[in-house]
Amino acid sequence: MSVAMIVAVAGLAATGVFLVTSRSLSRIVLGFALLGHAAVLGLLASGGRAGDPPIVDGVVTADSANPLPQALSLTAIVISFGLTLYLLALARRQQMLTGDDLVEDDVEDRRIAAAEDEVSAASDETRAIESHHEDGSGSESDQRLDTVADPITESSSGEVNR
Amino acid sequence: MTVVVGLAVVIPLLAAAVVLGLRHKATVRDMLTLSALAATTAMAAALLVGVDRDGTVVLRVGGWAPELGIVLVADLFAALILLVASATILVVELFAIGQRRTPAGADPAVVSPILLVLAGGVSLAILTGDLFTLFVAFELILVASYVLLTHQGREAQIRSGMTYVVINLLASTLFLFGVAIVYSATGTVNMALLAERIPELPAATQVGIGLWFLVVFGTKAAIFPLFSWLPDSYPTAPTTITAVFAGLLTKIGVFVLIRFFTLMELEQLGPLLLVIAGFTMIIGVAGALAQDDVKRILSFHVVSQIGYMIMGLGFFTVAGVAGAVLFLVHQIPVKTVMFLAGGLIEDDQGTSALNKVGGLATSKPVIAVLFALPALSLAGLPPFSGFIAKLALVDAGMATGAYVIVAVSLVASILTLLSITKIWIGAFWGEVTPAAIPASSRRSVTVMESAAGLAVAGTIAVAVLAGPLWRMCEEIAADLLVRAPYVTAVLG
Repeated sequence: MSVAMIVAVAGLAATGVFLVTSRSLSRIVLGFALLGHAAVLGLLASGGRAGDPPIVDGVVTADSANPLPQALSLTAIVISFGLTLYLLALARRQQMLTGDDLVEDDVEDRRIAAAEDEVSAASDETRAIESHHEDGSGSESDQRLDTVADPITESSSGEVNR
Repeated sequence: MTVVVGLAVVIPLLAAAVVLGLRHKATVRDMLTLSALAATTAMAAALLVGVDRDGTVVLRVGGWAPELGIVLVADLFAALILLVASATILVVELFAIGQRRTPAGADPAVVSPILLVLAGGVSLAILTGDLFTLFVAFELILVASYVLLTHQGREAQIRSGMTYVVINLLASTLFLFGVAIVYSATGTVNMALLAERIPELPAATQVGIGLWFLVVFGTKAAIFPLFSWLPDSYPTAPTTITAVFAGLLTKIGVFVLIRFFTLMELEQLGPLLLVIAGFTMIIGVAGALAQDDVKRILSFHVVSQIGYMIMGLGFFTVAGVAGAVLFLVHQIPVKTVMFLAGGLIEDDQGTSALNKVGGLATSKPVIAVLFALPALSLAGLPPFSGFIAKLALVDAGMATGAYVIVAVSLVASILTLLSITKIWIGAFWGEVTPAAIPASSRRSVTVMESAAGLAVAGTIAVAVLAGPLWRMCEEIAADLLVRAPYVTAVLG
């Protein structure tokens, strides 16, 4: 595996993970595109050094490239293409329903957390929700790198609660 | 016999293509879907009988040698789980056909073909003999599940669907990386060859590969701490969909975990698995106790019960793995039927929130029975299948001296009973609430109740047939741990 390949895979994966942890679905789509590229490059690299075209003449030379990772990569590319389209459709539907494409919190979960808090300490609901954030009890709360999303989710979940 | 292995995958997928074209011919579509699923179940049953008599069946797709091509492998483990899984999908489809006239019901024109795709994916995931085909099978299952979860396009479904899709896509990407890692370490993706080559790798590489795939399969199986997507997304889907998800998807993850970890001889990760199992049980059931909606309580139970199977695997003894397999067989129908009963409550009352329903034990005794039997089984009370499966696991734990995890599992059992009591008191006792179901859907309720009744009969069958089933599970576990039968069957 060449250094260039390692750097490319690492860079794509890092950028991809950063984008995927965002709350905006359009960024998540881009993140998955990059992560998919990283995985495919990794798959290609696992086949060893680049070499001559393996199947063309029907003869295998010592320099032939390994065809299997290439076949696997193709399959993976097709699958990730389809899923990207699906994610985009999902983002579009979310935009139709709420006007944005942000991934929102689990409303039920927050209601339960708020109710528990009310019973035990009779504290106000905003505090309950905030403390729940810090708990990081949901996957979404782990994804809040995007500070801009904070006030928006706050208000949208408030709407549903009402 | 080898043809049957291929047919179990091909029939549902071909039927899906045909059914998709029959959008407006409801009767033909339903009959075709049911017969395709029944055919798959029959194939699985034939496979189980055949494999039990003659040993593992291997289909080399296209006639290629296992080093080059794809193999489908039906050993006893695969055949048994395939039978339970396909029978479950068949029952759920029957329930879906009944449910279409009710307000909450999903559109059968969408559900039927996608359920068939899901069935094909499940068959492929169970039967496949190489890691990359397993990736493809997972994608097939997941794409079907994405559509099933979000096809009604309601706001809550889109919201939870996003989390579900994003987390599963991340797991799939990690899977792909995992395939790359395994391929560069061993030069193959065939599982039988991997079983020979992975134990020869340096110990650190083995542990690395094991941990990587623990994360990948663990996300699918919803183990601690990778389960948060499950209780979020499952309750929002229509009942039929949730039932098939809860009964099958996480269990396929467990199936693959058992297959991979035993085949690759990753016994050094056993203690870690036990710790994870303990946390999964306790955190899952604690989550269930906090909820006040039938479907959400049941979703947390899904997580909690996964812990028991991981515990059985973590022992890496014949008794432990056999217990895990038996638990898997018990759990698939029980979990499905509990969600179906939850769906009957929701259809009858228009909601599944515990503070809005009540008195169902008097007003709807059939639903009460359909809920109570699998619920007692889930909690592990004798003489139901859950008791037998848990007894097997506890016995295996005592034999290996893992007293802590045994104690944890018993505590989780009691808490499970407690949270089920909560549903029982909330929904089945108390003041009778009026039914919200329109009179026009009475007939469909009968179909739904019979479908759920069939599944209950399945769970009771697991308890009645416990003796022969346990012997089969022990045989499976012994084969899994020795590994040689699988490897020689594939490589010839």
